[in-house]
Amino acid sequence: MTDPAQPITLLETPITLLDAMEFTWLEADLLDSASYTEWLALWTPNARYVVPTDPATTDFENTLNYAYDDAPMRQKRVDRLVSGQSVSASPVARTVRLLTRFRILNSDAQACHLRCAQILTEFRRGRERTYTGDITYHLVRGPNGLLIDQKVIRLINATESLMGIGYIL
Amino acid sequence: MDTHLPTTSPVRPDLVRPDLVRPDRARATLYTDPATFDTEMTRIFERTWVWVAHASEIPEPGAFKSTQLGRQPVIVVRDRQGTVHTHVNRCRHRTATLCELPRGGLTSSFICPYHGWAYALDGTLRGVPYAAGYDGTLDKTQFPLLSLRTEEYAGLIFATFDPTIEPLQDWLGAARPWIDLFMKQGAGYPVTTLGEHKFRFPGNWKIQLENTTDAYHFPLVHKSFIKAVDTETGEMLDMMNKGGFVEDLGHGHSVMVMMPELIDLEDNLEAPIPERFQPLAAELSETHPPDQVRRIVRAVGGTGFNLNLFPNLACSMAFFRVLQPLSVEETEIRHIALGMQGGPAAANRARLRMHEFFQGPMGFGSPDDAEVWDRVQRGAHGAGGGEGGGQEAWIMLNRGLSSETPAQSGPRGHVSAETGMRAAYRQWQAMMDA
Repeated sequence: MTDPAQPITLLETPITLLDAMEFTWLEADLLDSASYTEWLALWTPNARYVVPTDPATTDFENTLNYAYDDAPMRQKRVDRLVSGQSVSASPVARTVRLLTRFRILNSDAQACHLRCAQILTEFRRGRERTYTGDITYHLVRGPNGLLIDQKVIRLINATESLMGIGYIL
Repeated sequence: MDTHLPTTSPVRPDLVRPDLVRPDRARATLYTDPATFDTEMTRIFERTWVWVAHASEIPEPGAFKSTQLGRQPVIVVRDRQGTVHTHVNRCRHRTATLCELPRGGLTSSFICPYHGWAYALDGTLRGVPYAAGYDGTLDKTQFPLLSLRTEEYAGLIFATFDPTIEPLQDWLGAARPWIDLFMKQGAGYPVTTLGEHKFRFPGNWKIQLENTTDAYHFPLVHKSFIKAVDTETGEMLDMMNKGGFVEDLGHGHSVMVMMPELIDLEDNLEAPIPERFQPLAAELSETHPPDQVRRIVRAVGGTGFNLNLFPNLACSMAFFRVLQPLSVEETEIRHIALGMQGGPAAANRARLRMHEFFQGPMGFGSPDDAEVWDRVQRGAHGAGGGEGGGQEAWIMLNRGLSSETPAQSGPRGHVSAETGMRAAYRQWQAMMDA
């Protein structure tokens, strides 16, 4: 580490499970606390937020999704939640999401694929509902820490009927 | 099931009183009364043509789809000869469902998981395990799957429990030309399904039925959607004063034309391509001649109307809306995305993205619809409650009634008139009283 010929050894270390977990917990906390501006800053410019209807597909672009958001669509989704003009998001449902069962699928110094489980409880107008799914993250190292390059939420009941989801899963 | 009810039916006498539905209003108890719901399932859903599938969902012999018609689980299947059958999804031995897969291809039979009774695709009972135990008394020809009359129009497959009713073509009647217009969004390619969003809301099915021809709510409930789309689309969706109309097409069907310039997608092909479709047009131009590009791009945006087919299907701008009553207080909605079979992938992608934007449980439109329908159901509670204040609760359907004009098959009103709902409730009452 003290060899001046190798000043960036640390950055060549693969992204660790702990780094990735901490980062996704941060993301979860920002969503549950409605800190949308900070949440929007967690993404790379070309990142996608995907909730597929077909849990088996990887070709999200050519299949139907519940959400397939690029940066402008993520911004619009946030605008909708804070605008007060959407009756299903006034007020926005309160949510608590638990992320666990983390596993690094592959990792290097620049990027990693992380898979985990999410159990989310929403509460709104006297009703509590739960959505459970697998999340796969593609995280990349940015200048100031990790960023999301792709987040895919595969609900275990994606092929069945859902209720209106007026918040960000 | 005996569907010829009156004298022996459990229907409460007060339900057939004539003032449940008036020309300009209906009782709010139509959303909440379980006995009314039971009657609807038999007198409406088991007596008329109900949409069960699109031809592209069962494209080849052996392809099937399981769904529900009213309360009955059904299988829609294409046999080896290409004929489409609709069978009740119920083994004749002990009633177990034969098939729980929503869709599949290339099956050659349906076999009950309980005792292995096996049925051919046309519903005939082919095999019974350990048949000797019946001592030769089981006549297999007496135990085919119950099959429904099944007919198709322009790829739309309907089935009915009533073998005596009019042919599908006649039932669709004045709606047929609108179906033909709707299918022009294939741009010369066959229209195909591209997946679906399914969601439920805690409310009665008729609330959703009404909504398909309700332009009145659009600028209000969908304010956040209109704000999210580009200016050009926003202007297009500003439909209140653009010459749109709602027309009663008979048999409870109706059409709401929101954008008259988008009734016929093969008209006006020389019009400038809207700015929002320019990137798509540029992409298509690499592989398609200019006239084809114009035709495809115009089709991608879908039609400018919602065709509401009583009781469960709507051909709605660019998608199919299918409603499935689950109970008096719960309804499942499917928004089926449509595309061009064998058409350019870029065009189909554009359609998928449009569908995702508005439709489905995470769309920018459907959750707001679901919220207000839920509120309608909540508010309707107690509306028929004995001596209480709810007794006078009516669903008002009088908007635009005084300015309707006679059209080809029924009255026509302003785009935001409740003409389509009046048409549906008139049909509803005729079938409930029949």
